[in-house]
Amino acid sequence: MGGIKVDLDLCTGCSVCADHCPFGAIEVKDDKAVITDICTICGACIDSCSFGALSREAEEAASPVPDSSGVWVFAEQIGGAIAPVVYELLGEARKLAESTGSEVGAVLFGSSMQDAANDLIAHGADRVYLLDDANFADYHDELYAAALADLIQEEKPEIMLLGATTIGRSLAPRVAARVGTGLTADCTGLAVNPETGLLEQTRPAFGGNIMATIICPRHRPQMATVRPKVFQAAPKDPARKGEIVNLKSPEVALRSRLLERVREQAENVNLDEADIIVAGGRGLADEKGFKLLSELAEALGGAVGASRAAVDAGWISYPHQVGQTGKTVSPKLYIACGISGAIQHLAGMQSAETIVAINKNPDAPIFQVAHYGIVGDVFEVIPALIRELK
Amino acid sequence: MQIIVCLKQVPDTTEVRINPETNTLMREGVASVINPFDMYAIEEALRIKESLGEGEVTVLSMGPPQAEASLREALSMGADKAVLLSDRAFAGADSLATAYTLAAGVAKLGEFGLVICGKQAIDGDTAQVGPSLAEQLDVPHATYVRKVQSLEDNKIVVERMTEDGYEVIELALPALITVLKDINQPRLPSLKGKMRAKKAEIPVWGKEDLDVDEKLCGLAGSPTQVVKIFTPERTRECRLIEGSAEEQAKVLASELKKII
Repeated sequence: MGGIKVDLDLCTGCSVCADHCPFGAIEVKDDKAVITDICTICGACIDSCSFGALSREAEEAASPVPDSSGVWVFAEQIGGAIAPVVYELLGEARKLAESTGSEVGAVLFGSSMQDAANDLIAHGADRVYLLDDANFADYHDELYAAALADLIQEEKPEIMLLGATTIGRSLAPRVAARVGTGLTADCTGLAVNPETGLLEQTRPAFGGNIMATIICPRHRPQMATVRPKVFQAAPKDPARKGEIVNLKSPEVALRSRLLERVREQAENVNLDEADIIVAGGRGLADEKGFKLLSELAEALGGAVGASRAAVDAGWISYPHQVGQTGKTVSPKLYIACGISGAIQHLAGMQSAETIVAINKNPDAPIFQVAHYGIVGDVFEVIPALIRELK
Repeated sequence: MQIIVCLKQVPDTTEVRINPETNTLMREGVASVINPFDMYAIEEALRIKESLGEGEVTVLSMGPPQAEASLREALSMGADKAVLLSDRAFAGADSLATAYTLAAGVAKLGEFGLVICGKQAIDGDTAQVGPSLAEQLDVPHATYVRKVQSLEDNKIVVERMTEDGYEVIELALPALITVLKDINQPRLPSLKGKMRAKKAEIPVWGKEDLDVDEKLCGLAGSPTQVVKIFTPERTRECRLIEGSAEEQAKVLASELKKII
């Protein structure tokens, strides 16, 4: 496996590469760049060098890539309802399948899912691998991992996509480890490179401050979890035809079981699927501020989010928290009220399509990521906005 | 019962800034800290040990030699033992290769009841190492745990946060859980703990010390490769809406109606 090579004749020791290294893995010693152990070979330094002194070392003879074909989507369901992200995955899978000339497969586990299977075909699946079994009604890590890994090993898809949801982010790494392939988390961009034929998976890292494009050159399937709300949902065409392949349940000695599944009261807490999020921070002053915020959320038909400061102050519960130690969201509209915009908060929401910031302090960093800004008192602006929307 | 906590040393993002000219991360002088989610993992392990009235908390990290400082901090909070997995051969690992090496470290630590990881590391944000490690250890796992309800008779019952509520899951031990911020409030190190941590020996295990295939460690063992790193474009222009609160609300409402 190749690393980054420094051509000592060309290197001037200018240290530009060291500044560009996102991992702090380059030191300049005796006027020459030195690549240290923490280098991940991301290549950011290669592009930064004006003297062409940096290059990737030639890789050892590549092992053959296993045969595989098909772009697959894991069709997550909860309580029999297909998760919205699945339709987004199908839309993206169709594009990838068209650029590679292959088929779209959907994997569906659940109980009494025949109609859902047809729905997946109508949304772009050429083939649905259906495991219809009462034991699979609710998500179960061990059962689902065994069934999906078996199926992958049997059918050898080239690409396997899952939603970056609670379920997807638990299932995918377990399955990837079992089949021994690579997995890229929480992707926001997918494309097949026309020259190499490889899936280029782009994802945010360091809280969205940098983007990384990742490939999985020699293992199959190329697996990725995909952030909800990033891609367009596939259109429905009831006339589409496809095949349903019925699967048998795997035999697994289970070591865990689901005792209870509890849906929590508030509907305005499902941030992952919300198109509109109205979020509050320290500037809302107390619980009453969040009451006002809920009214605004209701007027807009959106969910309520919060900064860490507001959650830590006890004004609202943790499932509402957006940011590095809370949730990462990408709604169509994000209205930040009384949130200054600490880097950890921005990490969780800066990929929203439209961002509105309402804050007293004109220098608050939130205005740097906002599309619309209102410098003002949230307690005056929000009630006025609610009146306008009504 | 041995409880193993996996932790990662990460750059402290409260100090990371973006260089406005080059649009790159400025890491110079940025301190390294224990990944925030791993603090909750350490605290939960200590609480479980305290409630059981017996057991041993071992903290395990894979990383460069500097990661020893994070292990020492965990010892000062009350962990009993720390081990660092460090070797040139481990460098550049993706989540699969990281979990592979950690699994070898766990195997060498001997019998365990529970492995606790933070939900994800804040530099990579993958949340993949926990479930991948569970698979490689061949134990059941639960992610996004917000509460441990009980631990007895070789089983643990946890609440796992979902998009619309939570699930109550029972896992036979040994098992692995990944924890959220909601689960507890990490303690501060005590003076006594700091003194003890300062003197503690932290073994460093390399590839020779572990039962590993070098080809499956580090960069060589990583199926995924980063081919490009770039800074997202920040060409955003914020349109400031002026006027009284009423006027501002009026303009904003009409803009919002165009979007929704």
